[in-house]
Amino acid sequence: MDTTIWIQLISSWGVPLVLLALGYGVGTSVERSHYRSLRIREARMRSLPALNLQRPPAHWKIAGAGMVTGSVVVSVDYFKRFLAGLRGLVGGRIRVYESLLDRGRREALLRMKEGARQQGYDAIVNVRLETSRMASSRRDGKGTAGVEVLAFGTAVRIAR
Amino acid sequence: MILSNTEEVPGRKVRELYGVVSGSTVRAKHIGRDFMAGLKNLVGGELKGYTELLREARQEAMDRMVEQAEAMGANAVLNVRFSTSSVAQSAAELFAYGTAVRLE
Repeated sequence: MDTTIWIQLISSWGVPLVLLALGYGVGTSVERSHYRSLRIREARMRSLPALNLQRPPAHWKIAGAGMVTGSVVVSVDYFKRFLAGLRGLVGGRIRVYESLLDRGRREALLRMKEGARQQGYDAIVNVRLETSRMASSRRDGKGTAGVEVLAFGTAVRIAR
Repeated sequence: MILSNTEEVPGRKVRELYGVVSGSTVRAKHIGRDFMAGLKNLVGGELKGYTELLREARQEAMDRMVEQAEAMGANAVLNVRFSTSSVAQSAAELFAYGTAVRLE
């Protein structure tokens, strides 16, 4: 009798519990290492400013211009999605999604800057950010596969 | 061909305006990528397959826009904008548009 109850419990709750544990363990370490890499690369890119002014300051002597973009699709892990679902019941601030969007925006901006540096540009003006949700292939279309963040702007080369 | 999302190319003058040019592409995710992304979705982080897919699609939309501008005799596209809309369950349209001009 006892064993059948255990088998029933494990078969109905086992998989979600394993996924929660996996999501928590791996997801947390993935997020931590992403933030570490963001900090290092941001420090490296600090000398290439990204401005959202429509045009470069008048005293810059512009030697060339071109468009640059950076994009990324990021998603949260199973555990955080579960937490966010619980939050949805009582309302309030959902921190796990805040950090997801923060990571996405910073990553997209960084990729745009890295692309600009590779092409020999010195600064980026008129920077714009766009965020869109990617629907998952779940049949009801309710699941979220992740969010895409796109950063784009006009990179300029400054004459010296 | 110079692309810019500003209304003028810094340091250059516009000589002639040709009008709006645009390019678009509709893409669906393929099943293998979908499956991998589904697995990746459990632990979170970047879904590289989707990042690539959208980047390629956006590049294609831009290429088509540039093609159109070249056919008009333009040498730059200004004020470039992007938009994304999902047409069906697993397909998305990526659209790029801007103003074709001739710079001095």
